[in-house]
Amino acid sequence: MSAGLPLSYSLVLSAVLFTIGVAGVLVRRNALVIFMSIELMLNAANLAFVAFARQMRSVDGQILVFFVMTVAAAEVAVGLAIIVNLFRLRETVFVDEVNLLKG
Amino acid sequence: MIYVFAALAATLLTSALLVVLHRNPVTSALFLVLAFCSLGGIYLLLGAEFVGLVQVIVYAGAIMVLFLFVIMYLNLQHDTESGVPTALRRGLGWIMGAVLLAEGLALMGRRWQPGPASEAPAYLQGNTQAVGQALYTRYLFPFEITSMVLLVAMVGVIVIARGRGAARLGGAEEES
Repeated sequence: MSAGLPLSYSLVLSAVLFTIGVAGVLVRRNALVIFMSIELMLNAANLAFVAFARQMRSVDGQILVFFVMTVAAAEVAVGLAIIVNLFRLRETVFVDEVNLLKG
Repeated sequence: MIYVFAALAATLLTSALLVVLHRNPVTSALFLVLAFCSLGGIYLLLGAEFVGLVQVIVYAGAIMVLFLFVIMYLNLQHDTESGVPTALRRGLGWIMGAVLLAEGLALMGRRWQPGPASEAPAYLQGNTQAVGQALYTRYLFPFEITSMVLLVAMVGVIVIARGRGAARLGGAEEES
């Protein structure tokens, strides 16, 4: 299992995945899809952590992935609660129709 | 091994693109499940068995169920315009079911040959034990802080999702 798979492959894959996540945040207007794109970005960072942990023969990167997953779970729960509350208030989940803080 | 990686990476990138590009949020969420599962496979390939399985269990299991629950709770019908025709979808469902059945039958018909017993503990000793030992020794304090993060998130979600009407009532809990 230790042979093959250079580090650069995983890092390129992580970069492309992160880019897709960024594009999703920028392009989409649906707040739920934006949250999914944020999850994609977090997972891209996790992939980089795992790839470096394998490269350095260390387990610390995988521990960090564990923590990132925990924070992502908390973030998704809070964010979805906010979206539910927003939908109750404005009957929409499209982020450009939400301008409560606009002066 | 490089071909397995290439296949998983192609699945991951395709489904990630479809998450972003698809119009229906439910379909996006299901493609995100596929992306997380293929990413779990990549973690397995990179020698991180514990993280790969936790990825499938926590992300594809718990977080995506939460996503789908909220999407269906909000009932966003006006956002769905594209879609596979119903007959095609139903036909694909039957075909997939038939493939699954044939797969199960083929597995049942095969003779099972368990490997040597001495190999299993040596394999299991690799990743999960190392992660557990690091998690409960060097990273014990951050691990405990993690539980605090989850507790704060849980309380915050309950407070936010209770809504404004319930929050205005304040101490009058018995009316709800």
